[in-house]
Amino acid sequence: MAAHAENLSPEESRKKNVNRVLVVTGILAGITSVEFLLAFTMPAGMARNAIFIILTIAKAFYIVADFMHLRHEIKTLALAILLPTAFIVWLLVALLAEGGSLYTPRVE
Amino acid sequence: MATSTSASVNLGKRSIWDGGQEPLKASYGKLMMWFFLVSDTFTFSALLITYGMIRYSQPAFTGLPEAFKFSQNHWPIPEKVFDAIPFVDVHLPLVFVGIMTFILIVSSVTMVLAVEAGHRMDKADVEKYMLWTILGGFAFLGCQAWEWSHFIHGKADAAMMEGGVLDFMGANLVHNQYGPPAFADLFFFITGFHGTHVASGVVINILTFYNCTMGQYEKVGHYEMIEKVGLYWHFVDLVWVFVFTFFYLV
Repeated sequence: MAAHAENLSPEESRKKNVNRVLVVTGILAGITSVEFLLAFTMPAGMARNAIFIILTIAKAFYIVADFMHLRHEIKTLALAILLPTAFIVWLLVALLAEGGSLYTPRVE
Repeated sequence: MATSTSASVNLGKRSIWDGGQEPLKASYGKLMMWFFLVSDTFTFSALLITYGMIRYSQPAFTGLPEAFKFSQNHWPIPEKVFDAIPFVDVHLPLVFVGIMTFILIVSSVTMVLAVEAGHRMDKADVEKYMLWTILGGFAFLGCQAWEWSHFIHGKADAAMMEGGVLDFMGANLVHNQYGPPAFADLFFFITGFHGTHVASGVVINILTFYNCTMGQYEKVGHYEMIEKVGLYWHFVDLVWVFVFTFFYLV
């Protein structure tokens, strides 16, 4: 992961890159702490689950963009990896609906 | 370089159709690793979404968490199942899994630092951070092994069972004391798949570490293998973040 400007010395660009890694680590730790806090303080339910899922996707975004460097790759590669996840969203909606459909005859 | 380091040392001499140009400005190895990771994303998503579907198709416990009892008639509340810590006799949900998450994320951070050291061709730093990553991987596997054995062994707690009778302790693929059989099945399958990925990741990390110490990457002139292996390790971490959310939090 190189510095974005070529006029940083190797030592400076190393510091900058390591700093970025530590900042992202802090963000991940912060989001996880919020999740833990909510797990203990907020009553269980749809709203809490939705928040958990949104926070998890935020963590996933930081891991993929910064730890896996996808932010620094060219756009086409990043899209080639991210667009297929739309299929996953479809699968999620479809199967949760299926689960609901299974539930109704099972319970009655 | 403003974009990712690529192994394009000799590409300039070849013609455009003879390997002289890198599509998407990434080397073959890196593109193939991403390709594999996308396919693995589908595998894990399928497993986790199946978990959602099966869980959603079963009755859930409707009542105050304090009144919860293990029963075959409703899905268990994860906080009541996963509340143990090794060596300590407590009921503290989420602590142990929090430790596991912390270990895996820190090992991911040391992996990123190893990749960054590789960009600077700093062999000593690469070795140092790879070692920490391997250690983190082993620690995570140890924790997961303990979690499994505790889960399989069961809770000797008749008061938590519906009806107050502890007729079956522990869990296997056919029957478990916590709830419907699907609960234990899915736990074993999903954490098992993930654990296998962690284990294979640790093996690959050890091999790359060995290569690094033998000077292989100095010889080739770049540390891109560390980057590729790092992608796999981050993927493993990413999957764990999702498994943690869907099994333990939701």
